[in-house]
Amino acid sequence: MKPGRYGIYGGRYVPETLMSALIELEETYERVREDPEFSSRLSWYLREYAGRETPLTYCANLSRDLGCRVYLKREDLLHGGAHKLNNTLGQALMAKFMGKRRLIAETGAGQHGVATAIAGAALGLPVEVYMGEVDTRRQALNVFRMELLGARVVPVVSGTRTLKDAINAAMRDWVANLGDTHYLLGSCVGPHPFPRIVRDFQSVIGEETRRQILEREGRLPDTVVACVGGGSNAIGIFYPFVNDNVALVGVEAGGEGLDSGRHGASLSAGSVGVFQGALSYLLQDGDGQALETHSVAAGLDHPSVGPEHAMLKDSGRVRYEAVTDAEALHAFRRLSRTEGIIPALESAHAVAYALRAADDLDKDGILVVNLSGRGDKDVADVANLHGGVA
Amino acid sequence: MSRIDALFARKSPVFIGFTVAGDPGIEASLRVAKAMIDAGADLLEIAVPYADPVADGPVIERAHVRALRAGTTPDDVFALVRRIRGYAPALPLVLFTYHNIIHRRGPDRFFSEAAAAGADGVLIVDLPVEESGEVAPCAARYGIDRIALIAPTTSPERQHAILSGASGFVYLISLEGVTGERDRLPPGIAGLVGAVREKTGLPLAVGFGVSRPEHVRTVVAAGADGVIVGSALVRLIEEHAGDEAAMHAALRAAIAALRRGLVPDPEPDMLRRERVEE
Repeated sequence: MKPGRYGIYGGRYVPETLMSALIELEETYERVREDPEFSSRLSWYLREYAGRETPLTYCANLSRDLGCRVYLKREDLLHGGAHKLNNTLGQALMAKFMGKRRLIAETGAGQHGVATAIAGAALGLPVEVYMGEVDTRRQALNVFRMELLGARVVPVVSGTRTLKDAINAAMRDWVANLGDTHYLLGSCVGPHPFPRIVRDFQSVIGEETRRQILEREGRLPDTVVACVGGGSNAIGIFYPFVNDNVALVGVEAGGEGLDSGRHGASLSAGSVGVFQGALSYLLQDGDGQALETHSVAAGLDHPSVGPEHAMLKDSGRVRYEAVTDAEALHAFRRLSRTEGIIPALESAHAVAYALRAADDLDKDGILVVNLSGRGDKDVADVANLHGGVA
Repeated sequence: MSRIDALFARKSPVFIGFTVAGDPGIEASLRVAKAMIDAGADLLEIAVPYADPVADGPVIERAHVRALRAGTTPDDVFALVRRIRGYAPALPLVLFTYHNIIHRRGPDRFFSEAAAAGADGVLIVDLPVEESGEVAPCAARYGIDRIALIAPTTSPERQHAILSGASGFVYLISLEGVTGERDRLPPGIAGLVGAVREKTGLPLAVGFGVSRPEHVRTVVAAGADGVIVGSALVRLIEEHAGDEAAMHAALRAAIAALRRGLVPDPEPDMLRRERVEE
């Protein structure tokens, strides 16, 4: 396999001006990942600042209801309320090692923007966050959080005014400010080396999960489930299990159903294409234009997915399923009531699939769900959808 | 001899105009191309509309949006090229595209259709040399020049790799950034032209940010064989959206003014600036 390729997927499909920055980033990353000073500083931030390790919570109530042993990997308890900080602390620290003086980021649901704003504040780097104008409205709380944390939020009014346009805008900023700016990409998407960097920084989720479940159960889980938008929380928990006999299931946004055409399920319903710097699965029309997507979860509302997931789909190592908005909303409420944990709507997709998958496991079967974020950011939206009735 | 080779053999420096196929509409776009040719464009770069043009600034991005709203597909682009070819049989035409358009169609089919329509070259803005292994043989098979891009940030090693597969002419990106008009061009264009000139015998054209007669003069003084103007022309299409006669008049006036920058100007700077302001 060529470097930067996952099977046939991945690569670097970018304007020439960006190539030098990607090569510099690749070289820096190879250097810092071997640097004990970098490792020890990142470990300190993850442990003392972000709150790692996160718990692997046995859910007694849900396990009783479903008839198998259900664990949640509690990335919702990470500082900032989602798994995103694993990556932003890693990349922000790397930017410091590279001598960059400014961070830019894109955000969909706002979680990555908040996590970048947190990392920028902690490490003393100014942050600008590009956010689709539609998303700034549906995630107004996160806009305010970013601003509180000292970041500047730039609403993006081009294209569909969602995550993909925010990525376009961030890439345009980066190409004009390569000397002093690091583009802190938030998912395992985009041109090489981003998919690898993000996967490596997120793999801490799976490494901890593996150790914790072995301590607790004395064996590996039967199934690990995670939601997939760009796919960073999923690749983070899957990667340390890829060579084990563990079923891995990625759950995409089924929106209003795959037949409706209103969804974000690029692996389940897309085709191979080049988008934002990488070859992967893409929701596109016959001419190669990305399609508009839909999900109740802003963080899953994206027409493409990380290239490593594309490879894992083709090889059959990971199974990808879709869960509808309605199923995700049901899971959102059910986890809140049975366990007292309000999941992010993105993570609720993984929970919804777990509710389905539990039927296939007996009472000793072990199911781990990556609870990638907490749902506080979604509470107002869900209240509106349900006319204020919880 | 290809039309591109013939142009640069005959003439230097040349004026290259950029337009997005289907902007502001499919039929109107043909009339825009004709107006640009009539005004003295020596070569046309015709962009295939794409919904996520990350290398482009806001002016050209909006042109892509207008063309897509008008329903422009790659089929329409090839039909347009065919009609421009009929209007200007000797004029070199270069398709400017993002790679997924080619990937989706299949490179062999794309280049075969481009050649059949009468295109002379294809520039793939987001396909660096490292990823071009699949398209290179297809371009060669149909006699299409692959126009190479070199940026100010391109290392000398990569310049060599890029130039080894290039033909037609080389597109030098003047600045670090996306397309779009700038008040002034960055210093260092002469350095870039000189460095690339040492490595290739191909003609060198400079684009990105070139939007005023004095920019054209700067680029020519830097030793370039051609200047490429995009956003400054595309903006006129947007500004005169409701009035084609005014749009064409504005394009003709702008190209005439920009073309004056191609020839050395004996007048002192002060006089020149006053004339541009008129």
